[in-house]
Formats: sequence, structure tokens, C-alpha cells
Amino acid sequence: MTETKQNSKSMLQRFMPLIIFVLLVVLLGVGLTLNPRLIPSPLIGKPVPVFELPLLNKEGVFSSEDFKGQITLLNVWASWCYACRQEHEVVKRLARSGLNVIGFNYKDKKEDAQLWLKQLGNPYQLVMADEDGRAAMDWGVYGAPETFLIDQQGIIRHKVIGPVSDQQNYDELMAAIKKISGSNL
Amino acid sequence: MKTLFAIALLVLSAGVLAAPMDSFEFESKAQEKIFHKLSEELRCLVCQNQAIAESNADLAKDLRTEIHTMLLAGKTEEQIKEFMVNRYGDYVLYDPPFKPMTWLLWIGPVGILLIGLFYARNFVFQQNSSEAPGELSADELERLQNLQAEFNLAERSVDKENDNMKKEKRL
Repeated sequence: MTETKQNSKSMLQRFMPLIIFVLLVVLLGVGLTLNPRLIPSPLIGKPVPVFELPLLNKEGVFSSEDFKGQITLLNVWASWCYACRQEHEVVKRLARSGLNVIGFNYKDKKEDAQLWLKQLGNPYQLVMADEDGRAAMDWGVYGAPETFLIDQQGIIRHKVIGPVSDQQNYDELMAAIKKISGSNL
Repeated sequence: MKTLFAIALLVLSAGVLAAPMDSFEFESKAQEKIFHKLSEELRCLVCQNQAIAESNADLAKDLRTEIHTMLLAGKTEEQIKEFMVNRYGDYVLYDPPFKPMTWLLWIGPVGILLIGLFYARNFVFQQNSSEAPGELSADELERLQNLQAEFNLAERSVDKENDNMKKEKRL
């Protein structure tokens, strides 16, 4: 009895280095396959940054306070951004589904942005223009496209880095929307 | 000699070409020092593995401008770092702080080293112990005695055979 116990113990000891090695390989393997461009935003769970930006297509401004009252999808895009073109159909679909989708034109020329919307269609309720990218800095934007999900209280609940047309991004966004809206979307 | 000089010039100029040139003006040497320190310590988010000091990316340029503006506005080094972390997370720092999120990052390598040392020690210890065995159990003692007895018996018979062979040779 005790002998078999000792045996199994020494077996475990003997294989421990192998087990540790395998665990290490798995850990490093996962680390290597992660996309280093996906940087978790420290803004999630926090109120939207304070800002005020001019609108692209008409007179007026959009400010942080304007998020209150409804669930909003803030889509950061630019005419120079190829992936924005790719995700645009999905953004349109999201807007058609009844979601309040607002555009955030990032470091773009006004004419280029307007032409882009004319060609590809404008699904946005409003588009604000951040020509120098200073407001985007407060949002922690470091590229386009990026998409923020903002709840009725003006709290950032989710951030998509890269195109929302990517299946995984899309599923995660949908799950996040479901979570804050109860289920009616 | 001329070629050597040319090569030396080429090598030296590589650094000059790589660093982006901004023309920032500062109010004091101290400000300029903090500016360079910060742009070396903050990571460029778009390009990865480059500090914002050495990157030509648009965002890095914007961040350098922002640091410059903040310095002129009298912000301290800590305030500027906090500004960056609040927006881009600890990731933006090349020297991340020690907190639950980064424990593995800080302790991991030391931990792995300790586990390695532990096994190395055990390995060496085991080798030593096999050279100098401890007390034998009663069972083992008995087996040893039996083996010795058998060995003696066998030896004796071999001796006998040898004797016989010697006798035969003589004959």
C-alpha cells in the first residue's frame, strides 16, 4: 500500500518538470498568438471624456452630455482608413437595426470625409469632426476603426479595436449590447 | 583609410536618419530633459516596440506635441505620465507599475528561475545520495546476506574448477 503511494508520488515528482514545461509552453503559446495591437482600454466603465466637437455636415457641436439618454455606438473612422471601408456595411446594418450610431471622423479632411460618406452611404445620426485628433486622444483612440459602446448614463461599456465586421469583434459587441439593453436589440 | 572614414560616417549618420526631427522650443533645460525622458519612456501605440521619441507615426508626433504643450503649461513629469496612462493604459509605459494586473509580468521570470533552481538542487542532491546510501532495511540486509552467501558459494566453485584445471594442465 505505502509502496504504491510512494511510487505515485515519485512518479509525480519525476514528471513535474515536464508538467511545468508544458504549462509554460501553453502560457507562452497563448501570449504569442494574442494580437499585440489589442490594447485594453482603461476607459471602460468610466464616463465618456469631456469634449466638444464641431459636426461634419451641419452647423453645431456635439459634446459629452449629448450621449445621455440612449445607448450609443460611437464609430471612429476616417476616409484614409481602409478597414473603415471594410466594416462600413456592418455599421450600416447596425444603424438599420435601430441602434443610435454616431460617427467620429478622425484626423481627416472635411471634403474627403464628406465625399466618402456620399460614396459609401451615411448611416450616422450625426458625425463629429476631430481634425487634429486632440479629442480622440482623450478617448484613447490610437487608430481607426475603433468603436465605443456607451450606455444611457454616458458610461463607456465596451470598445472594439479594429473593424466591427470581424466576426469575433461583432459577437463581443453584440454580447455587450445585449448586456446593457436587457435584450430588446 | 578613406573607405574606413566613409563607413564610419555612414554608420554614425544612421542614428541621425532614424530619429524624427521636431523643432520644439523649451523655456528651460530642465523642461527639455523631461521631454526627452518622457518620449523615451512612453511606447508608441501604433508602431509597437518603439518609443514615441523614435517613431515617425502620426500619433507619436501628436503625443510628442501634447507632451510639449503640457510641459509649457507647467505640468510635471508625473502628471503627464498619468495623462497617458488614463487614456492608453499601463501599456503605454515601458516601465509598468507593480500591481495585481502586472504581478505575473514582474514575478514570473523570478518564479521560473526559482522553480529551476529547486529542481537543479534536487537533482544534485539525488545524485549525491545515490553515491552514499543510507541505512538498509531488515529485508534488504537479509537479501544482501543471501546474495553474499550465493556469491561466496559461486566463487568457491570457480576456485575449485581453477584448481582442477591447474591439476589437469600439470598432468
